Amino acid sequence: MEHNEPILKIEDLTVHYELEDETVEAVNGISLELGKGKVLGLVGETGAGKTTTGLACLRLIPNPPGVVKSGKVWVNGTDIYALSDKEMNRVRGSEVSMIFQDPMTSLNPAFTVGEQIAESVQLHENVTKQEAYEKAREMLELVGIPASRIGEYPHQFSGGMRQRVVIAIALTCNPKLLIADEPTTALDVTIQAQVLELMKGLIRKYGTSVVMITHDLGIVAEVCDEVAVMYAGSIVERGTLVDVFNRTLHPYTEGLFNSLPNIKRRGEDLKPIPGLMPDPTNLPAGCAFAPRCAYATEACLKERPKLEKVSDTHWCACLAYRNEGFHIERSKGKE
Amino acid sequence: MEANAKKVPASRRYAKRSQAGEIWHRLMKNKGAVLGLILVVMIVAIAIGSGILLDYDEDVIGQNISQRLKAPSWEHPFGTDATGRDMMYRIFYGARYSLIIGVVSVLIALVIGVTLGVVAGYFGGPVGEVIMRVSDALAAIPSILMAIAIVSALGQSMFNLMLAIGITSVPQFVRITHAATLTVRNQEYVEQARCLGLPEWKIMFVHVLPNCLSPIIVQTTLRVASAIISASSLSFLGLGVPAPAPEWGGLLSAGRKYIRTHSYLTLFPGLAIMVTVLALNLLGDGLRDALDPKLKGKK
Amino acid sequence: MYRYVIKRLLMLIPVVLLTSFIVFFVINLAPGDVVAQLTGGDATQEEIDAIREDLGLDQPIMVRYFQYLGGLLHGDLGNSYITGKSVYNSYMEKLPATLTLALASIAVSIAISIPLGIASAVHQGSIRDNVGMVAALLGLSMPNFWLGLLLIIAFALKLGWLPSGGSEGFKSIILPAITVGTGLTAMLTRTTRSSMLDVIRQDYLRMARAKGVPENVVIKKHALKNALIPVITVIGTQLGSCLGGAILTETVFSWPGVGRLIMDAVNSRDIPMVTGCIILKTFTISIILLIVDLLYAAVDPKIRSQYAKGGK
Repeated sequence: MEHNEPILKIEDLTVHYELEDETVEAVNGISLELGKGKVLGLVGETGAGKTTTGLACLRLIPNPPGVVKSGKVWVNGTDIYALSDKEMNRVRGSEVSMIFQDPMTSLNPAFTVGEQIAESVQLHENVTKQEAYEKAREMLELVGIPASRIGEYPHQFSGGMRQRVVIAIALTCNPKLLIADEPTTALDVTIQAQVLELMKGLIRKYGTSVVMITHDLGIVAEVCDEVAVMYAGSIVERGTLVDVFNRTLHPYTEGLFNSLPNIKRRGEDLKPIPGLMPDPTNLPAGCAFAPRCAYATEACLKERPKLEKVSDTHWCACLAYRNEGFHIERSKGKE
Repeated sequence: MEANAKKVPASRRYAKRSQAGEIWHRLMKNKGAVLGLILVVMIVAIAIGSGILLDYDEDVIGQNISQRLKAPSWEHPFGTDATGRDMMYRIFYGARYSLIIGVVSVLIALVIGVTLGVVAGYFGGPVGEVIMRVSDALAAIPSILMAIAIVSALGQSMFNLMLAIGITSVPQFVRITHAATLTVRNQEYVEQARCLGLPEWKIMFVHVLPNCLSPIIVQTTLRVASAIISASSLSFLGLGVPAPAPEWGGLLSAGRKYIRTHSYLTLFPGLAIMVTVLALNLLGDGLRDALDPKLKGKK
Repeated sequence: MYRYVIKRLLMLIPVVLLTSFIVFFVINLAPGDVVAQLTGGDATQEEIDAIREDLGLDQPIMVRYFQYLGGLLHGDLGNSYITGKSVYNSYMEKLPATLTLALASIAVSIAISIPLGIASAVHQGSIRDNVGMVAALLGLSMPNFWLGLLLIIAFALKLGWLPSGGSEGFKSIILPAITVGTGLTAMLTRTTRSSMLDVIRQDYLRMARAKGVPENVVIKKHALKNALIPVITVIGTQLGSCLGGAILTETVFSWPGVGRLIMDAVNSRDIPMVTGCIILKTFTISIILLIVDLLYAAVDPKIRSQYAKGGK
């Protein structure tokens, strides 16, 4: 991270969805930092608040019902929640862009793919229509689609091809930051690998910082430099890839690894995390993971743990470490 | 008591009640639907009450020339018509015609349309094809024109009016039942019933039809509303219930002659039609949202 | 595309055959004796028989239907019992007035309902939305001939601004157009709103916002183009019922269109005129629906590429 400005900085972000008769506490006071050219894996189960965090980085939380209760987000040094709507539109697409989960629904069926890529170029760069389409053609080739298909509509493309188009749209104005919300989840396994490989190449080429939202630890291991694990709207562990994978601290992170099948230990049973994530409209008073945690103590049920610094690059939110010498199973014998 | 309880397992009774209860609960949360329901109940009460309390020969069609064309007053809140009949009594009594015509004509359409729709959807093949083609052709003829043709052919009477409106509403029910049956037909429980060797007609009416009910119920409510408009339209054109019966469209047609001098004669019957139709539309919209929450907010 | 148009035109033939069959039988199965009514009831039996033979009514109904069908193929729908003029010519004479009224109403409805529907959807649940939706439901619940009468009372009789009937000049079309247009506006507003609501939460709109497209462009360009597809269907089908329903408005405002022609024919039991007009009107509506279908292609690329392949 050195001394230069982080590309993305989130401070104490809290987002609630205020519905008619209940409030969904989607994101509860999270903080993050991401340096230039780095890839952060934002990991967690469905409903942990990953997508909401991603949308907050573009100021795209649907309102109503979504309300940003507190917190600030800086993109490339700009406090985006202090901008006017017009200024924000200039930031979106050029400074930060987003790839959504389902390529089948994220392209507009009524416009050609060329129109949709060129629109981005025309919005952010001072170019003529022809130049914008020229750029669109280049982008298509770049993501591995023949430029001759520029005049075709989304329904004429397969799922993997569509996600390539979405990637082209997202990267066409060379943003500093890319939020990728489960970009490969909806694709077939073989296509997943292709799209991931393509993304990796482009990210390296342009030096884009990426927040990779996923629940797939395999993808994280493949492409990420840093990892943040989310549970029930909070970050429970954060660190470099090596920190989180090899020096795991949080019991929930351990649980995630334990629920993965491992070919080396085929004889053993999988150890899924017992129980379900708490109802986000009614979070427990203490640690949100405590009801499912094998190591939970009395204190865990009463007090909400804060993210505490363990090393220069590693943070963890778990009260169990107040006891000297506490270890989770996974780390036993490692240190 | 105990024998009864054994017949229906408690769990099933509970499930059934809770489903109906859930729909009722959703309906009652919708202000528009509640208003519609209250209005419908009131109009039905007026229709029944006027049949019991009013003397048809005396109060509804009895003429009283000395009282003719009186503007609305305490004595005659809706005024009196050209032969001195009280408009309030006539409009209240007219609710009977509108409701009966609306309900009976839709029942005719419902029975014919649903039967044809289920048969077409369940069996498909050439039979289904013929049913759907004829139904489409009938739907292509503007319904008011078709109704006019039927009434002018069969002669002007209340029964013929109901028949005409009923027949022109048939294609709607055929189409909607056909579509619903197609989606239900290949469900596993139907397959299972067939494996058990149940007769086709039983599968069709016991297993398929009940699962197509939601759209049919909604359609029925909305169709009664449009049948009431059609009936009053035909009466207005002189092809509906013959005078002196106080059908609302007929009242408008009669009042129109005095539109320059006594506009209240055109005001109140139209208002009666509008309130009734509005009530049914509100209820129909509410039912659609309550029966299928996924569709909420549509149309 | 051409193949599709031709295919659709060919598909009109069975519709015309079936509708003409239905209409012909319904009207000719009438129990009443037409000739007796035509002559006013004081003709002798010989005179009646002579007229029957003259009109071809002494033949069995199936024979008459096939004769009628033969005429239909040549565009000959017989002559009026009353005026003796060709049914086809009488219809074509009155059609422009009816089409003018329908198009005027639809133009006004579209201009009002689409912005209204969009605003309602964008501000779903707001006071404006609720007021708009109640107004639309009122518009749908009002019998349009009654609305016509109310407009006459207000604008022709009380205020004296506009004529209460006839077809002279621009002023005389205003009230009939509002009358026909109100129900249509209500229907289109509801359709636009629900269709926009379907579209408004779609991922591709989020995608557009993420690209930095300003919100008003997201709605007017990205959302509307998708939301318009169901709206166009409703415009098409409503244009049909507009033409059919205009019969009441034409009666109320003495508008000299096809509706008046049909009502006059019904009242004088002019059977060839009634049959012919209903069939021609159904045919007119079918052609309009075909045009609307083709308009679809301009909006929905999925359908357009199907046409290109010559598929359905």
